This record gives sequence, structure tokens and C-alpha cells, in this order.
Amino acid sequence: MEQFLQQLASGLANGAIYACVALALVMIYVSTDHLNFAQGEMAMFSTYISWQLMTWGLSFWVAFILAVAFSFVLGVLIERVILRPLHNAPVLSVVVVFIGLLAICNSVAGAIWSYLIKEYPSPFPKSSFGIAGVIGPHQLGVVLVTLIVLTLLFAFFRFTPLGLAMRAAAQNPQMARLVGVRVDWMLALGWGLAAAVGAVAGIMVAHIVYLDPNMMGGILLYAFASALVGGIGNPGGAVVGGFIVGVLENMVAYAGNQIEKATGVYIIGNGEKLTVALIIVIFVLTVKPAGLFGRVIVKRV
Amino acid sequence: MPAFPKKWLIVLLVLGVVVPLLQPVLPNLVSDYRLFLVSTMMIAAIAVLGLNLLTGFNGQISLGHGAFYAVGAYIAAILMDQANFPYWATLPFAAVLCFIVGYLFGLPALKLEGHYLALATFALALAVPQILKYKWLEGLTGGVQGIVLNKPEVPFGLPLSEDQWLYYYCFIVMVFLYWAASNILKSRSGRAMMAIRDYHIAADTMGIDTALYKTVTFGISAAYTGIAGALSASAIAFVAPDSFNFFLSIKFLIGLVVGGVGSLAGSLIGGVFYVLVDNSAQALSTFVKNDLGLQFDLSAYTVFGILLIVLMYLMPMGIAGGVYALIRSFRRAAPVSPERSAPAATRKPAQAGESH
Repeated sequence: MEQFLQQLASGLANGAIYACVALALVMIYVSTDHLNFAQGEMAMFSTYISWQLMTWGLSFWVAFILAVAFSFVLGVLIERVILRPLHNAPVLSVVVVFIGLLAICNSVAGAIWSYLIKEYPSPFPKSSFGIAGVIGPHQLGVVLVTLIVLTLLFAFFRFTPLGLAMRAAAQNPQMARLVGVRVDWMLALGWGLAAAVGAVAGIMVAHIVYLDPNMMGGILLYAFASALVGGIGNPGGAVVGGFIVGVLENMVAYAGNQIEKATGVYIIGNGEKLTVALIIVIFVLTVKPAGLFGRVIVKRV
Repeated sequence: MPAFPKKWLIVLLVLGVVVPLLQPVLPNLVSDYRLFLVSTMMIAAIAVLGLNLLTGFNGQISLGHGAFYAVGAYIAAILMDQANFPYWATLPFAAVLCFIVGYLFGLPALKLEGHYLALATFALALAVPQILKYKWLEGLTGGVQGIVLNKPEVPFGLPLSEDQWLYYYCFIVMVFLYWAASNILKSRSGRAMMAIRDYHIAADTMGIDTALYKTVTFGISAAYTGIAGALSASAIAFVAPDSFNFFLSIKFLIGLVVGGVGSLAGSLIGGVFYVLVDNSAQALSTFVKNDLGLQFDLSAYTVFGILLIVLMYLMPMGIAGGVYALIRSFRRAAPVSPERSAPAATRKPAQAGESH
């Protein structure tokens, strides 16, 4: 039972990370209809920035804020410089550009910081934090930080004029433009916010998966799965989907483990995590493309 | 389709046959290493050709062709390792099995379009190394260690070196597959494939069985890439799961984009190109460090990434398409019409806005 609870807790912690990245993906998808394949690598890059700042002597939280700010600027720049001209381009061009970004982020991070795996510190105090035996201090911290970030984002979109303008720009660009919203900049801002949220996820997960240029590959895939489970056009759904998928991932590994213990037959374990994500992605896409909370889109011919 | 003019094709074929035989005369120019390099280029060209059949001519995006390459390589390796098959006999098996795998993957892909298909294949590419390491397959695949093989031996006592023979082996397979692909595309089926790419619904109304064509194209495309994988297994004489990571699929994509989406001849250029850049990454890096004075390890993937983005702006038809258009505009022949097989890249700009 205790093991079960541990797995559940660690599933929730993973889920918080997936929820963040999935939210970043959904934010970009809602406003531009693009799936950002480079989201994970952008987050990885920001995580390296924070690591670099810490080795230069800054404290964790200062480095955290600077790195998140950096990735916000990076996101805005990428949107303005690289993606703006492709706004009406066919899908293949957009996908190719995202893969190009992915390759650049990955290889440049490898070139600057090398492909050696690095330890990444946890900012949360080790003692008297967390519930002994069930959830570790870092896991609890991750869940708290992501919940704070998600609440802030929700408040921003719900209660501020800028958030309202951004939602308007995403939902109906033409109308928004007519009432004086600068849609172009709203899209860029959305990109910046998405990159920043992704960076939070990267920095939070680095302590768990260790820091290396390929650390986000699996996480991005799970985030896609989460966004799909929640319905790819629905920010709230992405967050719920993140937690569902995080728990599901750990439960599948746990069940595999129990089966192996009981019967001695190995079916599935930690080594098949990406395969599980692949199955979730294909399953949702083919069986229920709208996800749990998404709208069914009817295409007019 | 910007096909090679016939006389150039013949010149290239003759050169391809004759040059390796010059090894005794020009041992430095035609070294064993260079022949091996050209062999890997031809293998790459076949893989890119496969991807192009699917993406360029049928409009289905795949970021996961590394998976089919891996399946082909592993089929070949397992047959040679466990069943003592001769290396050449593995190709049909790899082709058939990859066709089946590709066909099966094409079934769910039928329901997916554009970004979603890209996502599904992206997931496939990421999961491949893990699937290859799966515990139950370990007996066959050798797990993390992979499988060590022998290089193809020169048959019939021909007076050739191993690398010369490997070259001819790949050359024959490539020429055959190129010929087959160009015939498929010229046929009724090929036109159906392209019609589906250009306007799915119109093709449907004209009586083309779009589901059948799309899945079979997926299968053929996978078979091509699988054959390339099988060839690479015998050429490198080694397979291991981690060499079939996502970056392999990126290489095919760069081959596709550089060569030109929807250009057969371009696929060859694309394959040559990515092997060339991959192999000169070290030289590039030293060039950046010593000559430009930057402390920066330029890797092949940085070059690939920049090229992927830049080419999408400057030459959406790829280098082959771009050069072809350039030649045509020089000759001032009839006004340059968009190439018939030009990629979807130049069409359907309103697509994104319609889906709501």
C-alpha cells in the first residue's frame, strides 16, 4: 500500500511537470494551430541557462527567475523572427521549422555545455518538508510551484485586460483586430508565456531526470499525450490531462512491477515509458481526437 | 517532375559503374574509404527516396521514418545472425516486413492529417530505441549491445575489394529502386498518389480509393526505407538500438528538404548531402574554432537545423528544385510555371484558417 501511495505521489509530481509543458503546447496551439515540437528543447535550454547562472554564484530562485525571463524573451523573439512569416504556410513547412529549432537548441546546448549528464540541485529543504515515506520534499515542491504558476496564469488570463486581449486574439483574430487588439503582439506574447511556462517545467524536472541536452525528449512526448488526453484546444484540459497521464504512467509501471513479482513474467516496466506514451498518443488521436474536454472540430468543405 | 534529362542519366550511370574500377589507376582519389562513403550516401538516398514517396508525393508527413529504417536493419541483422541468411537474401524480407509494418501504421494514420500525423510519427521515432531494447525481444535483438555482423563478401571470386563490392551492391539496389519508384509515379497509381496530396477530397470524388492508396503508399515508403536500413546493417556490419534515435529521422527530413519535397532526383541529392555534412562535422568544427576563432563546437545538427529553417524560406522546393528553377529562368524558356510535383509547400495557404 505504501508503495502504491509512493507511486501515486510521484505520478502526481510528474503530472505537474507534464501539465506545465502541455499547457505551453496548448497555449501555442490555441492561438496559431501549430504543435510546437521544439517546446521541450527550448525548456531544456532555459534550464541550462539557470544552471549556468547558478555556477556563476547566483542563488537558485534568482537564477530561476532570470532563466524564466530569458525564455520569455526567447519565445517572443522566435515568434517574431522565425514563425511570423510562416503564419499561413502549409503544415509541412511549419513542422520542418519546428524540427529545425529542436535540432538547433539541442546541438547548441550540447556544444556549449557538453553532453555530459549534470546534477541539478533541488531548492526545497530536505528535512521536515514532505510527508515521510509517501512524497519526497522535491516532489511536493514541484507540485506546489507548478500549482502556483498555473494559478497565476489562470488569474492573468481571467482577470487582466491583457489576458483578455490575448484570449480574444487567439479566439477570433479578425474581431480582436477590429476592436483594437494588436493581434501580432498578442501571439508573440503568448509564445513568450508558453516558453516561460515550459522553462518552469524544465527547471523543476531537472533535479529528477538530471540535466542533459536530451532530458526533455520523453517529457515532451508525455506532455503531448497529456494535451491530447485533455483535448488539445483546452488549457484546463491540458492541466488535468497532465495529472492523469502522470499518474497513469506510474501506475502502468507499478502494475507491471506487481505482475512481474506475482507471476515472474515481465510485461512492462520503466524501460517502456516512451512506448506507453506512443500508445496513448495514437490511441487518443484515432479513438477520441477531441480528448476528454475538447471541442469536436467539424471541417467545412 | 524535374526528372534528369535522359543523356545525363546515362552519363551518371556509366560514371557510377566505371569510377570504382579506376581504383588501381587513381588509388588516392578512389580510395576504399571514399567508396564506402559513397555507399552510405546511396543507402541514405534510398531512405530519403522512401520518405519522399510518402511526404513529397502523397502529402503524408512522417517524422518517424527512422523507425522503419530500424526495422529493416534489425530484420536483416537477425536473419543473418540467427538464421545464417546471406546478406543479399535479407533485402526481400526486410522489404516485405517493413511494408507490413508501414501499412499497419498507415491505418491509424488515415484518420490523422498534417500536424497530428507529424505528432504520431514523432512519438514513434522517439519510442523506437526503447522498443528495440524490450526484454522479450532481447534474445533476437541482443538488447543494448546490439548485433555484430560480417561485411558482405565478394561473390564469384570477382577481383574486387570488399568496399568496391559493397559499392556495387548498393548501386544496383539503388538504381533498381529508383527505376521502380519513377515507374510507380508515372503510372496511374502515381497520379492517384499525387492527386490525393494535392486535393484529398477532389481525389475522393473522382473515384480514387484514398484509404487504400494512402495505406499502400505508407507501406511502400516504409519498405524503401527498410531496405535502406537492411543495406546499412550489412554495410556497417553492426546494429544497436541507440543509433536509431530521433536524430536519424531528422537526417531523413533534412535529406527530404534539401533535395526537394516531391522530387525523385532530389532525394539522391538529399541523401548525399546529409551524409556529407554528417561526415564533415569534425572538419566544420575545427574550421569554426581555428579560422573563425570561435570557441564553439559546431555540430552537424546545428547546420541541419539552420538549413531546415533557412531552406523553408529561400528554397521551399529544395536545392534540386531551386537549381532547376534557376536553370529554367536562365534559359528563358516558357514562363516558369510552378512545378507539377512541387510540394504542398507552395499551395493551400488558406488551410490553417479553414479548420474551425
